[in-house]
Amino acid sequence: MSMSRREFLQVLAAAAASGLVLDSRAVLAGTLPAGYYDAPPAGNVSFMHITDTHAQLLPIWFREPNVNLGVGSMAGKVPHLVGTHFLKHYGLKPGTADAHAFTYLDFQTAAKTYGKVGGFAHLKTLVDQVRASRPGCLLLDGGDTWQGSATALWTNAQDMVDACIALGVDVMTPHWEATYGADRVQEIVNNDFKKAGLDFVAQNIVTNDFGDQVFKPYTLREINGVTVAVVGQAFPYTPVANPRYMVPDWSYGIRDDSMQKWVDEARAKGAKVVVVLSHNGMDVDLKMASRVNGVDAIFGGHTHDGVYQPVPVKTPDGGTCLVTNAGSNGKFLGVMDFEVKDGKVKGWKYRLLPVFANFLAADAKMDALIQKIRAPYESKLNEVLAVSDDFLYRRGNFNGTWDQLILDAIMAVKGADAGFSPGFRWGTTILPGESITMEKLMDQTAITYPQSTLTPMKGTMIKNIMEDVCDNLFNPDPYYQQGGDMVRVGGIHYTVDPTKTIGHRISDMTLNGKPVDPDKTYKVAGWAPVAEGAQGAPVWEVVAEYLRDKKVIKGLKLNQPKVVGIPKNNPGIVL
Amino acid sequence: MNEQRRSILKGAGAASVVTVAAAAGLLKPGTVWAAGWNKAAFEAKDMAGALSSEGASGGADSGQITVKAPDIAENGAVVPVEVISAIPGTEHIIILAEKNGFPLIADFGLQNGAEGYVSTRIKMGATSNVVAVVKAGGKVYKAAKEVKVTIGGCGG
Repeated sequence: MSMSRREFLQVLAAAAASGLVLDSRAVLAGTLPAGYYDAPPAGNVSFMHITDTHAQLLPIWFREPNVNLGVGSMAGKVPHLVGTHFLKHYGLKPGTADAHAFTYLDFQTAAKTYGKVGGFAHLKTLVDQVRASRPGCLLLDGGDTWQGSATALWTNAQDMVDACIALGVDVMTPHWEATYGADRVQEIVNNDFKKAGLDFVAQNIVTNDFGDQVFKPYTLREINGVTVAVVGQAFPYTPVANPRYMVPDWSYGIRDDSMQKWVDEARAKGAKVVVVLSHNGMDVDLKMASRVNGVDAIFGGHTHDGVYQPVPVKTPDGGTCLVTNAGSNGKFLGVMDFEVKDGKVKGWKYRLLPVFANFLAADAKMDALIQKIRAPYESKLNEVLAVSDDFLYRRGNFNGTWDQLILDAIMAVKGADAGFSPGFRWGTTILPGESITMEKLMDQTAITYPQSTLTPMKGTMIKNIMEDVCDNLFNPDPYYQQGGDMVRVGGIHYTVDPTKTIGHRISDMTLNGKPVDPDKTYKVAGWAPVAEGAQGAPVWEVVAEYLRDKKVIKGLKLNQPKVVGIPKNNPGIVL
Repeated sequence: MNEQRRSILKGAGAASVVTVAAAAGLLKPGTVWAAGWNKAAFEAKDMAGALSSEGASGGADSGQITVKAPDIAENGAVVPVEVISAIPGTEHIIILAEKNGFPLIADFGLQNGAEGYVSTRIKMGATSNVVAVVKAGGKVYKAAKEVKVTIGGCGG
């Protein structure tokens, strides 16, 4: 036990006060190395980074993937390492707190040992602790903050806006934020954020007509007497991956050339350190880093990769850009210390700190805010829909068990032959024996375009959709990827070769043992349509109906595709 | 955003870049008006046919031509494309979408040393190369950029 007995009792008391149910034996079983959260400063200019918290205000379980394949030049490289391959790459020991935080290994046992992760009250304690030893340290939020929970959806993102301001976020860039509509985003940026002094930056969002900047491309701040610039890079494919009609007048894209222009301008205005707060996704960030000069670090998100240490990338002029990715669901806090001397970065130290709720006392003020936010909704959130005997998780390139449950539900309720569920990377985890409450169902489904659909599709169309999504995941050029996982497929078994090209990755499609007929029409259930005007009950209503009827979920049959073309020793897959 | 500029243009109606350029004497009248319409080229169903009708076959790849277009189209019906030719004496900038049913999109004729720059929006039916062909000093040059057209959804 690294904590003193007194500290430990304080943690217990705080946790009990915040309403957490603690299994004391389980808590006692887990230990963190001495000084785990001390993180002494190693420089004079520091940044903290959170990303893709997906509106998870309370501590949760989140299982990292066992399939996170890289293709082409990305094969076997960070972030495409899973399980023991990840541990080996970074020299981490199995069975440790870090091994649990960064990999799926032995998840169920380790989860009980180390407890839940994240939670804004616990995160707040860690943020304040890091800030205390780092004057002027900025807290950056990489986006996907306002979406992913029931309360975020029901409060029209206000809960997360208030929580982020209370957390002390200084700069933010968006992705899912846009799914509340352009007007709501502007309302928050021009009111709540303006008042709080929180900068919303995005160099790659411009108007459709004249290409004018919609938001500030970057912000100049001073840390410890050093001028720094934070350039915003929103998720480049928001109008493609999410409904276009929600941001009809905005154009996105990667825009390396304008990124270079703003970086140069910031340097000319005196910035000695330039960082990009990015929602590109890790592979896109790695490529961008190799094409833009003058960026010291990219703090990345979107792909939900918990990357233990930054990847140094050589820039065109021979400099170095450090690329990070800080995981998801409030599980991690990135801390970057730069040593800046004579107007230049001379050294750095980075830690991606897992937020273990049992080992970080809840901040009382933040805890009170969260309780206040939840109060009007508690009874709705806590409705038990069913109990799960199965282990439910989403993350991974192909079907997770949570998606399987959603597919089984929508197919059964709608009487479909097959089902599609989006390859989202957010969504929390449920351990066997736990209840599936309405809140946990909303963790998987809370979006502003939740309609469930039943669509007649010919076999050829089903294949075309699967090929299209598969190319968004496995295109060898990351600039053509969208950063989601493969669409989850119900009913239809298939074989996938990620190394092939579009139109040739999917084969051997069968339904109930028979080949899928290209010309036959099948009834396909789905949800989250990006086209305007789609009709259908919200998916959570459909799944809730199924769960209430089933009462106990057990024996889910995971419809994993057969993966071919990948060498057995590829470190991005363990099946 | 420049709201004033936006409302002025709204009042003036759809001011077209092409007519402005024509008034300034930078575009040959024949390219603007139908008189010089190359029916065979615009109705050709493949790139080779279109280029042959344009007298622009066999172009050499050129690093002096920049094709700016999104990697993934936000809307296949209006894909913004810019072509910049740094080749001295650029006379024609021709834009094609390789996989379109009728690949030839536009042929801009430039004269009097006009800057080799055009910006337009094109319609694309499927993922394809957008090809820019430049005619200058009796020679033909080309460059291409792939634009992906995707069904969308499922991301993030």
